[in-house]
Amino acid sequence: MSMFGNPFNGKMRLSRGCECGQHATQEDHARAFRAEAVDTATAGEESAYRRVVEAAVMRAIFPHDATRRAFLNAAGASTAAAALSTLFPIAAATDVFAQAAKLERTDLKVGFIPITCATPIIMAEPMGFYKKHGLNVEVNKAAGWAVIRDKTLNKEYDAAHMLSPMPLAITMGIGSNPIPYTMPAVENINGQAITLAMKHKDRRDPKTWKGMKFAVPFDYSMHNYLLRYYLAEAGLDPDKDVQIRAVPPPDMVANLRADNIDGFLAPDPVNQRAVYDGVGFIHMLSKEIWDRHPCCAFAASREFVTSAPNTYAALLKAIIEATAYASKAENRKEIAAAIAPPNYLNQPLTVVEQVLTGTYADGLGQIKRVPDRVDFDPFPWESFAVWILTQMKRWGQIKGDVDYKGVARQVFLATDTTKVMKEMGLVAPSSTTKTFSVMGKIFDPDKADDYLKSFAIRRDS
Amino acid sequence: MLTSLNQRALIVSLLIFGVFLLAWHLATQGSGSVQQMDPEYAKLMGLTATKGTSAMPGPLDVAAKIWEHLKSPFYDRGPNDKGIGIQLAYSIARVMTGYFIAVLVALPLGFLIGMSPMMSKALDPFIQIMKPVSPLAWMPLALYTIKDSSISSIFVIFICSVWPMLINTAFGVASVRKEWLNVARTLEVTPIRKAFTIILPAAAPTIFTGMRISIGIAWLVIVAAEMLVGGTGIGYFVWNEWNNLSISNVIVSILVIGLVGMVLDQILAMFARMVTYPE
Repeated sequence: MSMFGNPFNGKMRLSRGCECGQHATQEDHARAFRAEAVDTATAGEESAYRRVVEAAVMRAIFPHDATRRAFLNAAGASTAAAALSTLFPIAAATDVFAQAAKLERTDLKVGFIPITCATPIIMAEPMGFYKKHGLNVEVNKAAGWAVIRDKTLNKEYDAAHMLSPMPLAITMGIGSNPIPYTMPAVENINGQAITLAMKHKDRRDPKTWKGMKFAVPFDYSMHNYLLRYYLAEAGLDPDKDVQIRAVPPPDMVANLRADNIDGFLAPDPVNQRAVYDGVGFIHMLSKEIWDRHPCCAFAASREFVTSAPNTYAALLKAIIEATAYASKAENRKEIAAAIAPPNYLNQPLTVVEQVLTGTYADGLGQIKRVPDRVDFDPFPWESFAVWILTQMKRWGQIKGDVDYKGVARQVFLATDTTKVMKEMGLVAPSSTTKTFSVMGKIFDPDKADDYLKSFAIRRDS
Repeated sequence: MLTSLNQRALIVSLLIFGVFLLAWHLATQGSGSVQQMDPEYAKLMGLTATKGTSAMPGPLDVAAKIWEHLKSPFYDRGPNDKGIGIQLAYSIARVMTGYFIAVLVALPLGFLIGMSPMMSKALDPFIQIMKPVSPLAWMPLALYTIKDSSISSIFVIFICSVWPMLINTAFGVASVRKEWLNVARTLEVTPIRKAFTIILPAAAPTIFTGMRISIGIAWLVIVAAEMLVGGTGIGYFVWNEWNNLSISNVIVSILVIGLVGMVLDQILAMFARMVTYPE
């Protein structure tokens, strides 16, 4: 009797060529077994576990296949199942079994930067998503992107919150030694904004921004690419007409107050914090540049993925489950309360709440209601990676020919995510690429080079 | 006369402190412009924007914060939120480790350099180049090669605090009075005995001066290093509060850092007094 086989199948034949007797040959058996495993997996993890437990119980009560068949034929499968569950607490055993999936190790450290992009990674700790998957995860706050990169490369962190271009940059060896990196899940989509100093409240047209100084959190960030894209669309050359510098998020508000910068495209809660402290206003949300753009990501080294596959799977499940929970608007207030304290974001609750619920003060006296100001969707579309690579090339961060799809597939583990999402009963997209539009311009991942050439302002020759 | 001098100094100190507090208090009184806003909107905004409260905390806010920290200095609410006492303990432990390794290296090496003019000349260029390097410049290199942030900060403390000790030890050893060494030579004292009974006591005050400079540097370095790598320690505490733009907590940490630095300095000054001798 196979592990995922139905133990209440009384018609199972015992004297044929394969180990369970159901199939003519061992190959047939293996094929059927695989097919059933997929069925069971798609039906949700609970039922998969239940099936395994039931099979084990039946085998224990009726060690001989012939006796079991006789019993099932006499009593009927459903009666047998009911009888069995009175004898043995199958539901409880299933839970125990689900908990006890063999993890290579359970104590993990995950690094994060205190911004709302990291919401799924952070909330999974206080709200018990890691525990549910048998993991004891310590989430550690890191001081900046370079630090989080170095600490993950040093293996002080097993996995980390990164900006989605970072795993691509690390894998390709830009700004660090090349180390194969993977990005099995996007954390948040949207959730960034362009904030300007109060003195610019009448200068809303980007064409008039020549000579301004902007901050972005990191060179390899969606923020940098989106801001450059936005400025270039307005006819400004981001390298010549304005200044863009990398400033750690906590310094941004202080720099804005001190008049060192004119604005920034930053992750929240920094934008909302600038409004809260009365130093800036939200010029536009990043969703107005590219709706449902990826921002931050959950990243792990390929070595961790291959050396501890079960732990990795459990961690990914916890993150995806947290992401799914965070994507529901009704949970947002509860999440805000869980992640605002000093141990995590260390921000006033109302600031975090405004970011997550999308009902916020814009700094100019208006209350805006944008429920999808930030949203959470774990699926790492490979086309996101291709777009990021085109922008890296556009601004001269990478030179020469790029195998867009190859790099994208190697780093953005869309197939893994699909598998995990299906196992968990979530709806996963059937494809790993899609087209989307950025400021009204369609991006087709199959024509990346043409897309790149269509821009007038770019650094690649 | 001496007591009255001390008393007068104390009075002036208190007076300066009082004037400073008063000026601070007055300077941080809310004076920013307040715009009329819809109450629902105001609820979403901070006090700076709604009531014109100064972004800079006044002395009373800081005093309240100090009291809050004094009430529970050792709480532990997870890996990223620990009491100021625990953070200080982490920092002091790191400083001590780095500093003692530096002592273990600097004293013997300093002796060697001080006793051999040739070695002194040979090593001088290296010392001169390494000495002025900022701790933060070492950090990326340390993180990259050591691959552990905590050991990296200890290394940075070591590398920054070793030079003053090395130079002072070498100088102290080299400037032991020639007559004493000559006496030792006429008495045919063994080199080891000479080192421990003549050179060490003679050079001790200079060595301790070097150690005192070094502990000050080590304490300066730890704050910077911890701000950079995060995790634990008083430097991380400052960074974390900066992240929350909580200036009162930053001021509290500045006070605490100053106090601890002073205590460390005074401990070494006490040792230095113990080994001082009248010529």
